[in-house]
Amino acid sequence: MGRVKTIARRSFLIGSAAIAGGVAFGTYLYKREGTNPLLADLGPGQTAITPYVIIDANGVTLITPRADVGQGAWSMQAYLIAEELDIDPATATLSPGPASAIYYNGVVGAEAMPIAATSDTLLARTGRSAADVMGKLMGLHITGGSTTVPDMYDRLRMAGAVARETLIKAAMAQTGLPRDQLSTENGCIVLPDGLKLEYIDLAAAAAEIEPVQDVTLRDPSEWRYLGKPIKRTDMVAKSTGTQTYGIDMQMEGMVIATTRTNPAIGGGMVGFDAETARTMRGVQAVMPITGGIAVVADNTWRAFQAAQAVECDWGPSPYIGDSADQFAAVAASFTDEMQDSRFKDEGDVVAALEGAQVINAEYRIPYLAHAPLEPMSVVVKLTQTRLDIWTGTQIPRFVQANAAKLTGMDADDIHVHVLMSGGSFGRRLEDDYIAQAVEIAMQLPDTPIKMVWQREEDFTHDFPRPLAIARAKGSTRDGQVDTFDLAIAAPSVAESSLARLGQPAIGPDVAIVAGAWDQPFHIPNYRVTGYRTPAMLPISSWRSVGASGNGFLHESFVDELCHAAGADPLAERLRLCWHDPSRKVLEAVGEMSDWGSDLGPNRGRGLAFTLAFGVPVAEVVEVTSTDAGIRIDKVFVAADVGRVLDPLNFEAQLQGAVIFGLGHAMNCELTYQDGIAQQDNFHAYEGLRLYQTPEITVRGLENGDKIKGIGEPGVPPAAPALANAIFAATGKRIRELPLSKSVDFV
Amino acid sequence: MKLTVNGTSHEVDIEDDMPLLWVLRDELGITGPKYGCGIAQCGACTVHVDGIAVRSCQLAAGDVDGDITTIEGLGTPSALHAVQEAWIDLQVAQCGYCQAGQIMQAASFLDLNPTPTDDQIDAAMSGNLCRCGSYPRIRAAVKTAATKLKGV
Repeated sequence: MGRVKTIARRSFLIGSAAIAGGVAFGTYLYKREGTNPLLADLGPGQTAITPYVIIDANGVTLITPRADVGQGAWSMQAYLIAEELDIDPATATLSPGPASAIYYNGVVGAEAMPIAATSDTLLARTGRSAADVMGKLMGLHITGGSTTVPDMYDRLRMAGAVARETLIKAAMAQTGLPRDQLSTENGCIVLPDGLKLEYIDLAAAAAEIEPVQDVTLRDPSEWRYLGKPIKRTDMVAKSTGTQTYGIDMQMEGMVIATTRTNPAIGGGMVGFDAETARTMRGVQAVMPITGGIAVVADNTWRAFQAAQAVECDWGPSPYIGDSADQFAAVAASFTDEMQDSRFKDEGDVVAALEGAQVINAEYRIPYLAHAPLEPMSVVVKLTQTRLDIWTGTQIPRFVQANAAKLTGMDADDIHVHVLMSGGSFGRRLEDDYIAQAVEIAMQLPDTPIKMVWQREEDFTHDFPRPLAIARAKGSTRDGQVDTFDLAIAAPSVAESSLARLGQPAIGPDVAIVAGAWDQPFHIPNYRVTGYRTPAMLPISSWRSVGASGNGFLHESFVDELCHAAGADPLAERLRLCWHDPSRKVLEAVGEMSDWGSDLGPNRGRGLAFTLAFGVPVAEVVEVTSTDAGIRIDKVFVAADVGRVLDPLNFEAQLQGAVIFGLGHAMNCELTYQDGIAQQDNFHAYEGLRLYQTPEITVRGLENGDKIKGIGEPGVPPAAPALANAIFAATGKRIRELPLSKSVDFV
Repeated sequence: MKLTVNGTSHEVDIEDDMPLLWVLRDELGITGPKYGCGIAQCGACTVHVDGIAVRSCQLAAGDVDGDITTIEGLGTPSALHAVQEAWIDLQVAQCGYCQAGQIMQAASFLDLNPTPTDDQIDAAMSGNLCRCGSYPRIRAAVKTAATKLKGV
């Protein structure tokens, strides 16, 4: 304790009060920001200005606690701080910081509540405040739900401003000059005569003074970086092979491990014979772990070979194991007992359908794998006194807590070092692979162990996006959509994933109907009902979560009803839409795609719209039906995040989301036999390749009243826009994904 | 076994059938080439053997019959190859895990075909998967790199 106190005295803990003072968040239930976690590990001469800035003689370190899984979160967080701190992020060191409650996510909890993003009622605002309080009280240090920018936009700019003003105060004390004669620029305080004092030289003095807490954020018109094309901080490393991912970690004395657990999910292991494997070159140990075996070797390939050579006696999966039976279980869930939610119920659907000419449709979407290109990998080292974990993860505090449970260690002795992730798409919200590595370390302490999964292990031990079935009924009247009744049945992601995090899932699962119940349309009779299929094999969040599939279910049926009414799908959506920013993205894609113009024979356009994570996104897909199959020619995307902080990354995220959405819709599914995923590598799960990639034109709008994130919202409309385009080009209505079951693609 | 990687000769004591990828990564500590699938479906492991792009996860070390170049040998942060420059200028990478392979594929392709058509670019680059969907910028960066290389 003595050391911590010493450091705390000559460090300054500002920021905290400024943040908790209510600038960014309501604070009525909690008063203090908490302890700055950086103080415990500061070296001599280092100063931790807020939990987000460290300054020492070597330079400035910016703490970027939201994980970077490819969406550019580290870079964006650095720019948010730098914009107010007045430094060039390229000159700073970036660090994700330690796992700490202080880096709680105050926004993500609201996604689990039945609050429409477009709602600003007292109840909605209260719910969002509750999510913030919950995030803080639980110390939810978590990345997900496209929340990094909405959660960090004020917080990190405040941290930068507080640090800047405190450094200025130190300069005032040193020079005797008043505040209005000092300015800041590129890591320096500038004096009236042009002389510059570097931040690094003021850090020690700043640590001795009372921090400045009364700061005002700059108006966007004064921004130097934000709102303009930004150079991401990770581009050079990622273009030169010098970016270190978990799989690249190297340490003195490190051994390499791989695991093989029962491919029949949850089946466990009855026994194993490692006699051959143990004799193979480089193999140091074969050991049992929960559900299977681990091989420790001196080389990854040798570990892989040896793992395959172990004879394992697997038990049967306890879950419904075959795809047909899984879908049958979902189909059997449309019952009163299994009704989970009915958040949308306007007009009188039952009365309206009586006597009307009812349009019926049933849709199906499959299980999907995350399959980030970096297979699950982690480095662990366990000693008597501490456990270190290096990996790409979105949930460092849960990793810490779960490792504490496994080892019996104090959570404070478990150090999670978050690394750049080679993709995630939600996969790194799970820590199963980390737990395996910790199990190995418990049998092999005092040795750094890098555990790498084979790709086949990665595919067969995913927690997939769940399958779903939707039953839709609707009717039209006088050329307009009149009744829309959508029932969606699926197992609950919240129930499955929260249980693994040791958290209860209370109330209905919003994800079952997200992206369907909360759409900004006034259809006279409009109902969306969720049915919860009893838990089957473990599932989890996949890029854009519930909306990832529900966009297809909702927007396919909207398209069907528009066609049944003889109405133009764009004009009809505009007529039904009451939310101004949503109308504007619809109008924008209409203009971008020259909607309504003649495309010629065998060609068609499809439109889809989804409001997810508070972001309205409209997409138009253009296809041609050729002798060799469907060719996707062009995609137009318009989205509104309130304020576009980096137009370059905004475009990249939307193009990537469209490609992710199209590729999975075209040819991806996980099917099961005896509880074993039948697709175990990319030959059977391709997604989109470059030759199939259309020209994708993106436009960002800024009419929304809140700033939102763009990592996920572009995914949901891609699949329905494509299916609707195929209908327009061919007259064939496809109600099941992947589309390759029904059509060929060029 | 003797292997020449990025101009340096290495003596390695390994099995003939160990894929080159794992010799590079685990025996020589050269981690630019990435493991993605192990079956030549994703291209993340792409390196050059005598300038030709190969999938190092499917090439047995014993079958290597030329000088190996990895992304580290193509260019460095302080001395970038034209393809890397184009990748940075156009801000191609997202998670970045596939990009070393993409860049090696593009560099070899442009070396063999300095004035490619759009269809040739599509065909040459379609063996490399990008799960993040950076394809539009990869396509553009290959074209930019072709122009840069012609100017050299």
